[in-house]
Amino acid sequence: MADKKKKNSPPDVQEYQAFQQQREVKRPVFKNCLKAFFVGGFICFIGQLISTFYMYFFHFTEQTAGNPTVATLIFLTMLLTGFGVYDRIGQFAGAGSAVPVTGFGNAVISSAIEHRTEGFILGVGMNMLKLAGPVIVYGVFAAFVVALIKTILIQWGGL
Amino acid sequence: MIFFWAFVIGGLVCVIGQLLFDIFKLNPGQTLSILVVSGAILDGFGLYEPLIDFAGAGATVPITSFGNSLVHGAMAEAETHGLVGVVTGMFEVTSAGISAAIIFGVIGALIFKPKG
Repeated sequence: MADKKKKNSPPDVQEYQAFQQQREVKRPVFKNCLKAFFVGGFICFIGQLISTFYMYFFHFTEQTAGNPTVATLIFLTMLLTGFGVYDRIGQFAGAGSAVPVTGFGNAVISSAIEHRTEGFILGVGMNMLKLAGPVIVYGVFAAFVVALIKTILIQWGGL
Repeated sequence: MIFFWAFVIGGLVCVIGQLLFDIFKLNPGQTLSILVVSGAILDGFGLYEPLIDFAGAGATVPITSFGNSLVHGAMAEAETHGLVGVVTGMFEVTSAGISAAIIFGVIGALIFKPKG
């Protein structure tokens, strides 16, 4: 009897859910977006400074300067993460600090630091890519599908 | 001028991420996966390169550029080796981001202690 009732949730549960929805704090979407815009934009602005530096002194082009820029930004992220500054930025900026590659770097580096007490193989090695895993997995798979379709179209479709 | 567009385009990509957080109530892992996949698809249509020319770091710094460079590596290798190249060339261009994250992750774990 009790089991049957659990399945199609009883009125008091529905009542509670309605109450919960009503009391839930509304997220300040506009304010969050504004913060994300300025912090994210600022990180990209710093990235552009680094890119310009590489283009001017090491003769990279606009297209190839991305790689050393990303590596440099991740190095800076390591310092910020290690000193505990990136967490504070993250709390303030939300997606503004998560979406740039610095967020990817932070996810990898913070889990590496966090798990060092469990040892370097089982702790650092195994947990490092835990948060960053989905990005790599679905990035690679999507890129595979896209590149496969494009290659087939070019080779046999004469595109 | 490129500094201005880097700021604006980079900021807008982050706003898209924030909207996915707040309105669609996704967690960071899902949001970043969606952005990477859309970067790969944009490059499939040949739209990402013009964006890099236009916005510079505004397009290369957000995580979407990961998808873009994965497709780029795969396509470059596919031109010389055909279909096999799609698999073997994938990490050719992206390696900077992933290897930098791993290298600095290990160095960070060596230098810094976790904060309680």
